[in-house]
Amino acid sequence: MRLAILDKGHGIGAKVLFAAIRLFSGQRVVDAVKLVAYRPEFYGNPMKRLTHEAMRGPSDWSVGDRELMAAYISKVNGTEFCIRAHSAVARKAYQDDERVSATLADLDTAPIGEPLRATLRMLGKLARDRVVDADDVRGVLAAGASRRQIEDALAVSLAFNVTDRLADAFQFAVPGPKAFESGAKFLLARGYR
Amino acid sequence: MSDITRTREALVARILGNDARASRQQRNAAFDNAGLEGPLVTLVDKVVRRANTVTDQDVSAARAAGLSEDQIFEVVVCAAVGEAVRQHERALAALDAAERKA
Repeated sequence: MRLAILDKGHGIGAKVLFAAIRLFSGQRVVDAVKLVAYRPEFYGNPMKRLTHEAMRGPSDWSVGDRELMAAYISKVNGTEFCIRAHSAVARKAYQDDERVSATLADLDTAPIGEPLRATLRMLGKLARDRVVDADDVRGVLAAGASRRQIEDALAVSLAFNVTDRLADAFQFAVPGPKAFESGAKFLLARGYR
Repeated sequence: MSDITRTREALVARILGNDARASRQQRNAAFDNAGLEGPLVTLVDKVVRRANTVTDQDVSAARAAGLSEDQIFEVVVCAAVGEAVRQHERALAALDAAERKA
């Protein structure tokens, strides 16, 4: 973590929470948790509400679909921590490792439905070029995604275009697979609130 | 207004509003990626365009220019949220345009 305050500058409430996490998960507290626990009234609390709404609010996309979108956007942004964190949650939500690995390896041939494929393509272009146009969106509608599904997918990209930037700018440490496994279990059970 | 728009506006209002360590002008400039001076120009522009190119030196330069860690934290958060909000708005506008022409 590039800023010492984000690593060690938390208030007593957060420090108690971190001790409980270490005790129950047997893992070190990951930097994503440390970031949202630092002065949570400034960033963490409003961002957790936004992320929970995007990832767990009512939607025609499943939780696995939205976690896969988060992993895919993070791949385009080149954010290692978030690729690993959200592909772990997607694998668990889908109970399907292959679908997640194949999508991240090659979107064109991945064993997923056309509406999701076209949506991921649009989200990737948005993250890469920072803009999409009407033709890009028309392709997603033509593939069978509804307006509401596109809005819900853009909510995921809103959340992860913030989180990826902060993970990279503050240089989140990338822990081993056990930490992501434990984090995925928590995020599936409790969401982002 | 959708729930996501409401939570987005609450986040933006909080990080650009009162009760922060960086000046309101500095946080707004980071959010807009416009009108910044000194080492923050590079740091904020990298956060906006390609955050995985930010280096220790970019952050040290902000410290050397007199910013506290809390101020750097806030400025980087504002830069990240500003860019994500712009992408969100552009994509929603493209969705409206796609439906008008469909």
